[in-house]
Amino acid sequence: MNLAYKDIRHSFGRFALTAVGIGMLLMIVMGMGGIYRGIEGDATLLINSIGTDIWIVQRDTRGPFAEVSRVPTNLVDRASTVPGVATAREFVYHTIQREHAGKSLRMSVLGLSWPTDKGDWLPLVAGRTLRQNHYEMIADKSVGLYLGERCKLGKDTYTVVGITANMISSSGDGIIAVTVDDAQAIQFDTTGEAVRLERAARAARGVRSELVAKQPSMLDFADRPANELPALARPQVSAVMVRVAPGADAQAVSDIIAGWGDVSIFSQQSQRDLLIKGTVDRARRQIGLIRVLLTGVAAIVMALILYTLTLDKIHSIALLKLIGAPNTVILGLILQQALFLGVLGYVIAYFLGQKIFPNFPRRVILVNTDLIQLAGIVLIISVASSLLGIWKALRVSPNEAIG
Amino acid sequence: MHDGFAIETHSLTKVYGSGNTEVIAMHDATMTVRRGEVAALLGPSGSGKSTFLTAIGLINPPTSGSVKIDGQLVMDGPASQTNLRTFRRKHIGFVFQKSNLIPFLSAIENVQIAMELNGTTPRSARKQAMELLDYLGVADRADGLPTALSGGQQQRVAVARALANKPSIILADEPTAALDSHRGQQVMELFARVAHEQGAGVVVVTHDHRSLSVFDTIYEMEDGLMRKGEKAEGG
Repeated sequence: MNLAYKDIRHSFGRFALTAVGIGMLLMIVMGMGGIYRGIEGDATLLINSIGTDIWIVQRDTRGPFAEVSRVPTNLVDRASTVPGVATAREFVYHTIQREHAGKSLRMSVLGLSWPTDKGDWLPLVAGRTLRQNHYEMIADKSVGLYLGERCKLGKDTYTVVGITANMISSSGDGIIAVTVDDAQAIQFDTTGEAVRLERAARAARGVRSELVAKQPSMLDFADRPANELPALARPQVSAVMVRVAPGADAQAVSDIIAGWGDVSIFSQQSQRDLLIKGTVDRARRQIGLIRVLLTGVAAIVMALILYTLTLDKIHSIALLKLIGAPNTVILGLILQQALFLGVLGYVIAYFLGQKIFPNFPRRVILVNTDLIQLAGIVLIISVASSLLGIWKALRVSPNEAIG
Repeated sequence: MHDGFAIETHSLTKVYGSGNTEVIAMHDATMTVRRGEVAALLGPSGSGKSTFLTAIGLINPPTSGSVKIDGQLVMDGPASQTNLRTFRRKHIGFVFQKSNLIPFLSAIENVQIAMELNGTTPRSARKQAMELLDYLGVADRADGLPTALSGGQQQRVAVARALANKPSIILADEPTAALDSHRGQQVMELFARVAHEQGAGVVVVTHDHRSLSVFDTIYEMEDGLMRKGEKAEGG
């Protein structure tokens, strides 16, 4: 006869409520792991999806995911000429926050290298990729825009032609993809007044310039748009992405580019490692510590619950001892209940989590290794927390059944 | 009457504390109960009856003296001569003032568990438990939880559990105290029937002088001293 089952059946309502409580606590522990995985996943999502072999970034910087990186646009042409390079593309990436339809809209803008890259690699769930080099965007659904919606960014209005799922930046903002030119137009957009002031300032600097004193006609260029001034560089890009041709020696390509004095290079893996060790590491440690604390709290709560459940059964345990039940029967009664409580709590945590976590503002990713690890921890907690109850039960004298 | 002694105690003494706080709860208590014999143990509160019962029930070891059950020496002074919990399981049945049933087990399960602890298979234990409940007239309440049974029914189930492993002795501590006189008389007669039919030695601690007629022997205790009393005539 399974005494643990019989006892649970007898006070099922209380046991079920206790299991739900334990389950909710374990769901939080489970969720903390999922939040970390979500942060890690979001941080590396773009690097993993974009599909590149070598990142060329500003010299002595760690690349656009770690800090500001600026490289000239013509670096794309230089990289393309290296033997073994299949493609080289600009990488433009920045975060903006704008007003749209009366609400604040925060998003990360990713520039696609038109026409090489039209966003075919993006995980579209609706709509299509870009078909023209201006005024179209692909937006992640977390941004809150719908297919066909028009959104004014800077001076231009963009139409949402595609919707992606789970394209999130490392800071948790949804990503929108436009062409590189549009991304730069959004990034470097300035108001008309700012443009006029800059032109005036440029003219004023020209008047004081020795060069203009020698060539007064240069002053005529000062109030023209910046992109018409040959001496001013075009807006720079964050990095250049290189894909090595099949069969080519990636190390040889890397060695050639690494020899250039104005850039640094990273492999896809080293960019990923930099992100995880840099941006994500503190979050990981923070969440890890909270997880450890929560696990400890869960263990203490379970121990107290099991101790209370044991105290409620003290008379029955004394009676069992009086009629000759060996300690293994008493031990089995408490241990089985502890394990059942732990397992039921874990199952409740899992199913509650499946319902609740998708509603969180950032992704909560439950991976099998974490779930198995937590299941192991729950089993250990269940056994450990039952020790207090077992200790109490083994000290009960059969006399207590008589008194 | 069956042959042989179910219980033999010799000079059982129990002392609590020491020095100024020493209390002698039981002194030189000697009792013999044959198989099939029903003995009553009378005495006022605090006279040492429960101390004696727990000593022969192998729950509370005596300070000195010996206990033999079914001819086997099990306690020699405070030292046990065998595994007491196993011995209790196989040889002793208990019935208390309150029925003391396990609240989360049904009537039949309360009887069944005692048999299963003794190694009987669940199926066989259930069958035998049902037979016992039938023997005691509570088979129709077999699946009821203790809280759904009347006091008399609970006490009958407790008796069934005490009989579960065909014990050599049954120890009952004021088993009728919570029952009305009619039910009390029925329970006492039940003990007599069980003793006579199954050959168990029964010791019943009681204050209930109305049912003394069912006992074969009467012992009295006062201030820790035990003496064999006169058998009362009638109830």
